[in-house]
Amino acid sequence: MTARERLMARLPRRISRGLLYVVLTAGAVTSLAPFIWMTLTSVKSYREMATRVLWPASLRLSTYSIAPGQRPIAHLFYNYVQAWNAAPFARYFANSFFIAGCTAVGVLITSTLAAYAFARLNFYGKNVIFVVFLATMMIPFEITMIPNFITISNLKWVNTYQAMIIPWIASVFGIFLLRQFFATIPQDLYDAAVLDGCGHFRFLTQVVLPLSRPALISVGLFNFLGSWNAFTWPLIVTREEKMYPIQVGLRYFVTESGTDTQELMAAAAITILPLVILYFFAQKQFIEGISTTGLKG
Amino acid sequence: MRARGGKGASMSGRQVSLGIERGLFASWRGRRLKENLLGYLYILPATIVLTAFHFLPVGYAFYISLHKWKVKKVAFLGLANYSQALADSRFWKSLVVTVYYVIGTVPFTITLSLIIAYLLFQKIKGLSIYRTIYFLPYITSTVASAAVWLWIFNPRHGPLNQLLELVGLSPQRWLNEPRGIIKVVGGALGFTVPQWAEGPSLALVGIMVFAIWRYVGYDVVIFLAGLGNIPYQLYEAAKIDGAGRWQLFRRITLPLLSPTIFFLVVMSVIWSFRAFADIYIMTAASGQQLGGPLYTTTTATIYIFDQFYGRLNIGYASSMAFILFWITLVLTIIQNRFGERFVFYT
Repeated sequence: MTARERLMARLPRRISRGLLYVVLTAGAVTSLAPFIWMTLTSVKSYREMATRVLWPASLRLSTYSIAPGQRPIAHLFYNYVQAWNAAPFARYFANSFFIAGCTAVGVLITSTLAAYAFARLNFYGKNVIFVVFLATMMIPFEITMIPNFITISNLKWVNTYQAMIIPWIASVFGIFLLRQFFATIPQDLYDAAVLDGCGHFRFLTQVVLPLSRPALISVGLFNFLGSWNAFTWPLIVTREEKMYPIQVGLRYFVTESGTDTQELMAAAAITILPLVILYFFAQKQFIEGISTTGLKG
Repeated sequence: MRARGGKGASMSGRQVSLGIERGLFASWRGRRLKENLLGYLYILPATIVLTAFHFLPVGYAFYISLHKWKVKKVAFLGLANYSQALADSRFWKSLVVTVYYVIGTVPFTITLSLIIAYLLFQKIKGLSIYRTIYFLPYITSTVASAAVWLWIFNPRHGPLNQLLELVGLSPQRWLNEPRGIIKVVGGALGFTVPQWAEGPSLALVGIMVFAIWRYVGYDVVIFLAGLGNIPYQLYEAAKIDGAGRWQLFRRITLPLLSPTIFFLVVMSVIWSFRAFADIYIMTAASGQQLGGPLYTTTTATIYIFDQFYGRLNIGYASSMAFILFWITLVLTIIQNRFGERFVFYT
């Protein structure tokens, strides 16, 4: 076989391989396109929006080379500053961080305790209770939303942080996931710990928890993300701007008439950024968490 | 909360100890009792929250659904709310819109993500980069990504209409368009489409596109996990027997992936039936009343929410939430029956 023939024999494979990348890249571009368009729009000026300029001056190098006195960075982030000042975004962010943080920590505490009980303690009715817990996952939010709102109103919790935290600090998924993980820890470890005079609580905090870090991070991350992205419930239970989490705040910013699109896109970009950063750092946990549990935010 | 719950737990612990066989030595019984108490103590915090905000509300919601309930309870109605819902043409219409939404999103999302996952699985360079990108829309919040898509669909300056004009097509009203997609396309080609065949409104199709874009990455990740579980030796053996690429996919991948596909179909149908935030933001924010143009994007959840939050017909909304729950439950059971025939478990 000559070199040329060998090349020809490999050609169909090469072509199909190339096609593979073309299709996958096209898909990836489609996934990214809205974000690219968002970023592009967010650095346009009002006039560029009106005249439908595709590539804004703020992204052209020549803009910066000829006008040194213009403070180019301010030019680039003009809409971001405008958007940031148009609504109390700092407050929204602080609210979201606080709510999502408390929810994640709360879930970790309640789930760890319950998961440990289900995985390693023997108590009467354990399996029945576990099945009942699992059954809560079948209960749709539309049904519980209404009575929960009435409960929150009766507790005079409307427009408070606890209204957005307390109902969500127990997660059956979290319990389920951690239980699976705790069950894999060998019994010998516990027996050895008991010989050293260790009780269940110390065994849990000093042996089980350090061993379960990946699972704990997954559970914490997903509940943080779920709380951060939650929309319907915070929308119902908040009344004042100072209590809005970022999603609700952004929603009012979106529906408010008179907001310029380029500012809106800047606001959307500001909202997305923290999550994207978190995602890039904790990608493995996200992907593995979803792969193993099929969990949806 | 703790103290009160602790008492409850010790009571059940005492009941438990009665059930334990007599005649065993005391220390064993003591330890047994202690472990029981500890078990109840550990599940207590989760149990309180789940009971207060998940279990009891179901009963409470049913109680509410039997009443005329505005801000407060007004009067007992029995099942009148349910019969009113079954006679409510707008509720029925919202169910039709929901079915359109489910049919328009679930098969497309799953087929698309299966193809992408299968391609990604062909020992691709940069797999993790592709996966990261495909997964990104799922991570970003509904409100932020909906804001971007609202701008993409903007009838006046949006990029989509700019694109249409560029290739010489007439711009569309997208999320403000109540006409069915088939009617719009047919109209552009010069056909007249009868009303029953016009399909979901262009506005709803826009929302479906948004939903597909958002959830494909999630399904891709699940499919990749499923593909990874298929033993590699099976492919090797089949290749030795002379199987082509299509045969490998048809005879090995598909059957062994069928549990994953089935899981995704069942869960996606449930999730799409309950989809709310995506649709709500896409319609309520496009500058019109809730439910989109001529209620063509009012799915059942949107209608229920409007009755509950907008009109304070709380009892009525509750009854419809239960009807929706029963519909999804029955559908899930039917899917399980049919699924058994197609799913191949190893």
